[in-house]
Amino acid sequence: MLKIRNIRTYYGNIQALKGITLDIAEGEIITLIGANGAGKSTTLMSICGVARPRYGEIFFRGTPIHEMSTEKIVALGICQVPEGRRIFPNLTVMENLEMGAFLRRDGHGIKNDLDHVFDLFPILAQRRSQAGGTLSGGEQQMLAISRALMARPKLLLLDEPSLGLAPLIIQQIFEIIKKINAESKTTIFLVEQNANLALKVAHRGYVMENGLITMSDSAINLLGNEEVKKAYLGL
Amino acid sequence: MWKFFSLDEIKKSLLMALWFIFLTFPIMVIRVNPIYNVVEWRWQNMALVGAGAFFLSFLWRYFLEYKNPAPSKPADDAAVSRSGRFSELLRSSGTRRLAIGAAVILALAFPYLFSSYQVNIMTTALIYVVLGLGLNIVVGLAGLLDLGYVAFYAVGAYSYALLNLHFGLSFWICLPIGAALAALFGILLGFPVLRLRGDYLAIVTLGFGEIIRLVLENWNDFSKGPSGIAGIPRPGIPGIEMSLNASSVFLYFLMIALALFTIMVVSRLRNSRIGRAWIALREDEIACQAMGVDKTKTKLTAFALGATWAGMGGVMFAAKTTFINPASFTFLESAIILSIVVLGGMGSIIGVIASAFILILLPEYLRAFSEYRMLIFGAVLVIMMVFRPQGLISNVRQTYRFKGLQENKEGD
Repeated sequence: MLKIRNIRTYYGNIQALKGITLDIAEGEIITLIGANGAGKSTTLMSICGVARPRYGEIFFRGTPIHEMSTEKIVALGICQVPEGRRIFPNLTVMENLEMGAFLRRDGHGIKNDLDHVFDLFPILAQRRSQAGGTLSGGEQQMLAISRALMARPKLLLLDEPSLGLAPLIIQQIFEIIKKINAESKTTIFLVEQNANLALKVAHRGYVMENGLITMSDSAINLLGNEEVKKAYLGL
Repeated sequence: MWKFFSLDEIKKSLLMALWFIFLTFPIMVIRVNPIYNVVEWRWQNMALVGAGAFFLSFLWRYFLEYKNPAPSKPADDAAVSRSGRFSELLRSSGTRRLAIGAAVILALAFPYLFSSYQVNIMTTALIYVVLGLGLNIVVGLAGLLDLGYVAFYAVGAYSYALLNLHFGLSFWICLPIGAALAALFGILLGFPVLRLRGDYLAIVTLGFGEIIRLVLENWNDFSKGPSGIAGIPRPGIPGIEMSLNASSVFLYFLMIALALFTIMVVSRLRNSRIGRAWIALREDEIACQAMGVDKTKTKLTAFALGATWAGMGGVMFAAKTTFINPASFTFLESAIILSIVVLGGMGSIIGVIASAFILILLPEYLRAFSEYRMLIFGAVLVIMMVFRPQGLISNVRQTYRFKGLQENKEGD
């Protein structure tokens, strides 16, 4: 579904990605784990065109997207849940969700997806007329994921959904991620520092270090890998 | 109430009085008489300032307390319901219809009740309503701090004046042309500042405003420089001769129509797709991009649509004064229009209208106080910002409904 071929992304003169190649197949949950500053978020930003790779190519279902503008990439069906949630604090929950469906014009479909999202996160239905900024951290993350789902993405990019949340809430959110993948066959690309949890829900994983992919394997194998255990699982 | 007169509070007020005496000493007490070469010491003024500051500081603290009641006190509930009742009143359709009806009747009868001087002031105030609503799109909705808004006002005014002077084009043709030219300049300004935010954006737009004014001032062949353009015709209806008085009344009604048109368009814009995109862009640019909002297009439409209203206001202004020169388009104008938006409550339409009337009419009616006029005006601005920092009428979007929250809590 998504093919990334040897991309290098720079911030000014600083090279953040030193040649990343990875593949995501339809219907998979893929996770990208690594330490702070390894280039995980930059990889995501390069896919959505917010940070543009200087070299290399990205294909989404055969279409080259590395030179497309962000809004065209979103229109193709790639939607991002940005790091740190980034919901609109002064808009209500409902308006946040409507912004998610910004590019869609099928009123009926939007309505259905709204019901679907409220099914996934019943708490949001209760909070629908409350300003986004007044929600708790966990609820904000739920809102951020729901907002992305409102775009009805084919590929959902999640940037550190566990950031700053209580373990119980993280557990709940990862359950939902699994459910989204299983029920609506949405392909999910999950960037996480919480390697343990990420590898438990993912099918395959990539390990990233200093702008390079150092390992790629099935999630189960990575969980059992001695190096990964030492470096990321703290075992 | 009585705690305001404790020893501590009296000490605070005494300090405040001393401070004011110190501050005003050079201007209130010392007077040099150059004729007799003596210095007059007006000690009675010092006593007045001291006593005044002492008592006013009590009042000031009392009102501050009134505004933010300390938490966990019964006064808290009262404060919430007080502001709640006010917005409730604004929201209820009955009072709203009544208020609109009264406003319409007053607006229609105004020129027949008051002198032509009053009608002229009102026309000016209405121009500022349009300007305020236009800037409200850029600053209030899209969150782009524009300090050079007056440039578009100048573009509108000069496009009518010059097109009329050189080609004899009438007001009615120039109104849309002025609007279109201003929109074009809005886009021209928009392109270079797309990547800027906050302070940086403010500085660049400020520079842009000054560039337009300096060009008008120095390019004599084009704009007649500082001497300006005189004899701009007032708008008329073809075939009907109008006296000066009648034409100023006509202009007043024209301005009412333009203001109503602006209100209609702006309120529709706010709830439209593009309005949503503006508000979202103001809140979070990155999240907006992730939702597929075209940042470039959205920002440029905000600049262009905001400038359009300034352009129309400018044409109106030129037609009203019949004489324009660059001195009418200084940074102070931009600052006043921005104050209208901020004072009115960012993004709120009724608030902007109300504050345009206050900010433009207040200095006019304060003329009775002659030299103290600007002092009072300044004091009113400071007091308003201290007591209502969110603006006269804050955006309904941001008001909080306590009832709903409680329902939610029960639902948990």
